Amino acid sequence: MTIQFNTETFRDDYSFKNSDWAIQRFPFPFHEDSYMYSVNMEQHRGGPKGSVYEKRFDVDEHYLSEMKDRALVLADDPLRCQSLPHMTLAGWDLLELIMVSKSEDYPDLFELHRDGDTWRWINKPMGIDDTFTFLDETSLPYGPMEYITRQAQGDFCVLDQRDDNLWMDAGMVTTQADWSLDFDIGMNFFEWHAPVPLAHEKGIFKRALKFLLNIPQGAPARRLNWTMTVNPLLDTSPENYHKWGIQKTTLTPENIGAKQHLRVELQSFFRLPRSNALVFPIRCYLIAFQDIVKSPKWGRRLHRVIRDLPEELATYKGFIDNRPMMLDYLSKYDDGLPTSPGVFPENETEPPLQK
Amino acid sequence: MSAAPQKVKAGAEKIDVTVSAVVQLNELVTRFEFKRRDGKRFPTFSAGAHTVVYMNDGGTQRLNPYSLMSDPADTETYAISVRRDDQGRGGSLFMHNNVKVGDKMEITYPVNLFSLDLRAKKHVFLAGGIGITPFMAMIAQLERSNGHWELHYSVRTKALGTYVDQLTTTHPNKVNIYYDDQSQTIDLGKLLDGQPLGTKVYVCGPKGMIEWVHKSAAAAGWPDTSIHSEEFTAPQPGKAFEVRLCKSNKTITVGENESLLEAMEREGVDAPFLCRGGACGQCETDVIKSDGEFIHRDHWLEPEEQGKKIMPCVSRFIGNSLEIDR
Repeated sequence: MTIQFNTETFRDDYSFKNSDWAIQRFPFPFHEDSYMYSVNMEQHRGGPKGSVYEKRFDVDEHYLSEMKDRALVLADDPLRCQSLPHMTLAGWDLLELIMVSKSEDYPDLFELHRDGDTWRWINKPMGIDDTFTFLDETSLPYGPMEYITRQAQGDFCVLDQRDDNLWMDAGMVTTQADWSLDFDIGMNFFEWHAPVPLAHEKGIFKRALKFLLNIPQGAPARRLNWTMTVNPLLDTSPENYHKWGIQKTTLTPENIGAKQHLRVELQSFFRLPRSNALVFPIRCYLIAFQDIVKSPKWGRRLHRVIRDLPEELATYKGFIDNRPMMLDYLSKYDDGLPTSPGVFPENETEPPLQK
Repeated sequence: MSAAPQKVKAGAEKIDVTVSAVVQLNELVTRFEFKRRDGKRFPTFSAGAHTVVYMNDGGTQRLNPYSLMSDPADTETYAISVRRDDQGRGGSLFMHNNVKVGDKMEITYPVNLFSLDLRAKKHVFLAGGIGITPFMAMIAQLERSNGHWELHYSVRTKALGTYVDQLTTTHPNKVNIYYDDQSQTIDLGKLLDGQPLGTKVYVCGPKGMIEWVHKSAAAAGWPDTSIHSEEFTAPQPGKAFEVRLCKSNKTITVGENESLLEAMEREGVDAPFLCRGGACGQCETDVIKSDGEFIHRDHWLEPEEQGKKIMPCVSRFIGNSLEIDR
């Protein structure tokens, strides 16, 4: 497989776009016509060929542009990448996990050659060919976590596990849905989830933590999460809210199809071998409303989910003010026909829009 | 969501291995070494991890957890050391009496419920008897990263001092041995008193020793989060009992020498598990109805949960009837 990498931006002129291939494989997060929190975990051991679930770390057409955007964010604000001193070993674990996975899953793009502790890493799309000593920080231009996550799409939280809890003790976070690593660093699982409405009452976090503490080596897990973003912005951080928050008011009935994006996070969880830490990659996928409704099933379903979502969730996800305009737009793509179960678009079998 | 639903398998991933060495260390303890059958390397593990060994004991399947005691960086060989328990249900006896070099076995991927706190400025290890095994791996891991550690290891006699010679030869200034038969005991009060801020204490040994360390440390003003312990409860034999499995719509009898979890597995019920030692919480099962007395042996359930829930890997029941949600 050869990926044609896009040249595009996630800021200023927002030239980001999804090809037909990217639209088809978009991780649509709703498996039925309604949505509520659940501990929606499943094993992360591959998935349908060509889907974003197939590889351990999905690489797609946005790779090079996302890495450029990350470099810009870090140049402005180095605190988006932090690692407390005891997390260096976990950083090496993560470097190994990503290098081994990518070189095995995308042999035409990445190569890893290991001779004892002397490793050579070749990243062809980014033009990198580095030789370094494993577990020797002085042999890399950055710490191990920063080095590898400057070359991997998605945010990475590296969680220390101790005292029957998980601790946000390291991370690379530049494509986040309005949360801040600098604010959350050092917090435990309950502390960093404190702002989430409804889920605490349902006991979701207690059960989720139990599950995560028990994720064993060799058995990674995944789930999806979602929110809404106006303009294809990767960096929707609290630090930059003054820049992007106001853009939510620029939505009009004319531009909503192009400007309003569904933002989906493919979250995965891997136990790290040496440190016993847990890495939590959060990969962000964006899709414009006008591209979602190209699939009749997705158009019907998105309308119903947004219409019926509890007010607390629409508020927490930051689109309560724009919901009426979203519903005006989406209702044009809902003819009331039933939808088939599951997340895939089923464009061959789903009936076309009847209005 | 369910993008590509996959049935979650019970337990950790398994690795096919061949027994590559059986080394009797003393009258009670034997080391077993494993190599992978597919020629690949073992995963690196974090010190303190255990593996669950699958044994086929004349048609009875036994699954016992053992600490990995080899160097975590050694991906050619995994090693465990097994103490013979003549009163147990037979897992360790099977290992000692039946397992030979060249045997094919299955073990799980490593699972760590007793990991190093990597923030520690210093690690103090307290071992009793076979409790030395996780510390063998911890010492190897810390030696590689120039970690600051010391070991206090209590054994019954010189002859039963598993790995004592190796430890005292390699690390003469960090290892302290205490012989019961010479009435030597760890002076815990003094030991706890002299530690620098940021020290973490790890204890692995008999139940009494673990309680003693937790209590003494609390009395000396240590936060309990600075004391790490691991106690695997081996499932104990007990009277046979009957249990109704509501979801599976089956009534089964748990034999004297098997656990509730093993009895469910024997009946083809796919029950979740991970550590099989009452520590990880994975096999937690709701009790629907019960008339009788529970024998809770796990380290997982809070007192108020006992009786509403049961950990089938180690806990049992005596009484008229039991129904569980499995």
